[in-house]
Amino acid sequence: MMISCKKAALICNKVQYREATFLERLKLKFHLFVCKNCPEFSRQNSRLTSLCQQADLRSLSETDKKKMKEILKEEF
Amino acid sequence: MTEHVLHPEKWIDSYADYLFNYTIGRVNDAEIAKDLVQETFLAGLKSAKNYKGEAAERTWLIAILKRKVIDHYRKTNSKKGRAEVRMDYSVHTDSQGDWLEEQIADPFSSFETDAIENKELGLAIHACIAKLPKKQALVFSMKTIQEMDTETICNELDINPSNLWVMIHRARTTLMGCLNQNWFKP
Repeated sequence: MMISCKKAALICNKVQYREATFLERLKLKFHLFVCKNCPEFSRQNSRLTSLCQQADLRSLSETDKKKMKEILKEEF
Repeated sequence: MTEHVLHPEKWIDSYADYLFNYTIGRVNDAEIAKDLVQETFLAGLKSAKNYKGEAAERTWLIAILKRKVIDHYRKTNSKKGRAEVRMDYSVHTDSQGDWLEEQIADPFSSFETDAIENKELGLAIHACIAKLPKKQALVFSMKTIQEMDTETICNELDINPSNLWVMIHRARTTLMGCLNQNWFKP
């Protein structure tokens, strides 16, 4: 049941993208209960996730960027 | 004071998403926003010799973009032959008629200030993403903004899942620090 902080951080990151399994989440919960430092990381990590959702981030696709780069290169 | 120099070869990786988010908050149309960002880069290149290094590169590009957005509205308005204020009927209610009355600001609503704050938050996040190493920024955007699954990203970038999670971890840790500095304590 005991996992390292490194492993806990990995699971915590997976949780942000809903990719942690039930067992992993259980291990993380337990780790957060006994660890001193990880709860703060976990809290900030979740906050980053909610900020990203709140901001409704958009980005250009890689193909769009590639096209832009080509056009810019021609002019440059 | 540090001397500012233009690096057009880095513009797209550093600023395209930032400018895109800025524009989309103003024109509300992804295609138009994309075109305006493109035009901004081209205009920037053309007037690069006028750049005096007084403003940071991004601020300078934003100044050009602002004019492009205004031009865009001028053009669309002159096509219709008159200035126009666009007011869409609220889609959040199913009531009909009397819509002017319904559009009056609700003094208790935090909707508008939230929307403005979220726009600024989006820009702050993009400014932080732009500071990440290129590959980390790419992986983070694909995973978080484009919401692609791990397997697809790994195939596309030819990396394995543990590489991906290491990059995500580094990106997220840096972003938390960057936002703590620039968003929570401005």
